[in-house]
Amino acid sequence: MTFIRKSLLTGAAGFAALPAAAQEAASLDARVNAVFADFTGPFVNLIFAPLPGTSFPWIVLWLVVAASIFTIYFAFVQLRYFGHSISLVKGDYSDPDDAGEVSHFQALATALSGTVGLGNIAGVAVAVGIGGPGATFWMILAGLLGMASKFTECTLGVKYRNEYPDGTVSGGPMYYMSKGFKERGLPGGGILAILFSVFCILGALGGGNMFQANQAHAQITQITGDYPGWITGIIFAAVVFAVIVGGIKSIARVTEKVVPFMGIMYVGAAAIILIVNYDMIGWAFGQIFAGAFTGLGVAGGFVGALIQGFKRAAFSNEAGVGSAAIAHSAVRTKEPITEGFVSLLEPLIDTVVICTMTALVIIISQQLIIDAETGNYVLNDAGSAIATVDGNSGVALTSAAFASGISWFPYILALAVVLFAFSTMISWSYYGLKAWTYLFGEGKMSELIFKVIFCIFIVIGAAASLGPVIDFSDAAIFAMAVVNITALYFLMSIVRAELNSYSARLKSGEIKKFAH
Amino acid sequence: MTTKLVIGLDGAGSGDRALDFASDLASRIEDCELVVAYVIEWSPFSFQTAEENAQRHKRREEEISTARERVVEPAVASLQKKGITAKGVVRHGDVAHTLNSICEKEGGHQIIVCRTSESGLTKRIFGSSTANLVMSATVPVTVIG
Repeated sequence: MTFIRKSLLTGAAGFAALPAAAQEAASLDARVNAVFADFTGPFVNLIFAPLPGTSFPWIVLWLVVAASIFTIYFAFVQLRYFGHSISLVKGDYSDPDDAGEVSHFQALATALSGTVGLGNIAGVAVAVGIGGPGATFWMILAGLLGMASKFTECTLGVKYRNEYPDGTVSGGPMYYMSKGFKERGLPGGGILAILFSVFCILGALGGGNMFQANQAHAQITQITGDYPGWITGIIFAAVVFAVIVGGIKSIARVTEKVVPFMGIMYVGAAAIILIVNYDMIGWAFGQIFAGAFTGLGVAGGFVGALIQGFKRAAFSNEAGVGSAAIAHSAVRTKEPITEGFVSLLEPLIDTVVICTMTALVIIISQQLIIDAETGNYVLNDAGSAIATVDGNSGVALTSAAFASGISWFPYILALAVVLFAFSTMISWSYYGLKAWTYLFGEGKMSELIFKVIFCIFIVIGAAASLGPVIDFSDAAIFAMAVVNITALYFLMSIVRAELNSYSARLKSGEIKKFAH
Repeated sequence: MTTKLVIGLDGAGSGDRALDFASDLASRIEDCELVVAYVIEWSPFSFQTAEENAQRHKRREEEISTARERVVEPAVASLQKKGITAKGVVRHGDVAHTLNSICEKEGGHQIIVCRTSESGLTKRIFGSSTANLVMSATVPVTVIG
């Protein structure tokens, strides 16, 4: 999932020289924007409000504090059970008689396809471009802490999922909120579940849909030249419609195969650049550590680096948001906690590995301008970010960094962004649908209504420049985290009981590897 | 001691030749049991959408049920009609690996399969299921042409 403000990708400059019809459409957009902004502004401002005297959004602190608490509460589960998590993904503990069911690997890959995306490509560039190389250190730290949040929510997601008589499953925070609270005799679970579902639907339609369509269109026009966004929107909507309504799974299967391939290709390209420049890796890590504690001249010093690193990690890996709990709950396992172990690999892959590689490529490519005398980074004219060689920021900075090593890579990158956007839309259509059916009940008609609404929003997202709508969508996704983490605090003792029980049985040999 | 032979079927017409060969062999052995196996090709490392994951258990049951009804049960019935002791097994997994696992679990002495109809790129890259079985099996394998 990606939470990069649209302006980072499209820029504000293109608004000036529009023809008359476009200006009319733009003024309509502007009116919609104004009405919508008035209506949703207070909510958006509340979610993204900075802590007093800083530019640090309280919601990021909320996510990082929760991740730290879970890390301590579960005694660094992400370190202690890392090896066991790998064994689970490899299938060492999977009963051969369960072959054909959803494996741990499949649940992890599906969840990753919803999180790995533009956040790893453009989001890191934003973090490093503003916070300097030091932001990478804090991003890695936030990713490592976020592993505990994923562990908590995904364990509960499997434990309290609904299994229907026909064999299908529905799971996610709304189910552990209602069932878990009831089991513990706590009030308010139902209300939290409804709140979460509402925010999840809004987040799915916005951040998981309109925003993705918008980004994909922005990327395509960078290669093809400008054309109306509704064309991209209709094509995307038709393909998504074919997958989620028409049931043409072959398209989804192709995407689900191509997206991991693109991810591997992206990491592979980064690895090649790093290998070719192996003599600079030590220097790059030196910049990361020095920048983490001194800032190396970036705006806001080391605190600026810390804010950017934490923000981008939280926005990229979705730990604590609750979406992963929906994705992971389909796995077939007798031990819910095993899916918790597997899910903790998600922030590791998304943030610690992929985001760090992006950051290293940007640092090593020397796109960020350094003052030769002081060794500090040079700020741009506005003093808000580090000056870059060609004035690039966001995805353009990542693209330029890769192009310095592999000249044709920007084309691959553009394709990757479009495919990641499509994959994220498919994932979020499911998350939104699960929230929708929780509120309005399971049933073909109910599901069809949501799916059609979802496709309509793709066209709107690609065609319009509805900044406030997108702001609201992002705010809705983070509102999911407010509700979800509140519930996790009340239910984390259940996860600890599961952990203690599993740990004891693992040590005693009751739980053992299967011979494959 | 009962001699157990495992017959691997792939749902194609060529499976009948394997069945005929196995039943002929069984009739020559005094105490022989046949295990008719059908493996649904599946990998735990494939990629699926979230919706496919949610429906996977249901689909798996449907796949097993279809394989039983259309392939395994008719084959077992035809063998039993000939007076041969037979049972059916349906499993998901890699065909070669799973057939061998079934044979080991059942205490089989031999695996009988037909030459498979795989062709093209898949066969060139990964080899056919039959070839893989011949190379990896822990018991003798008879391949019917």
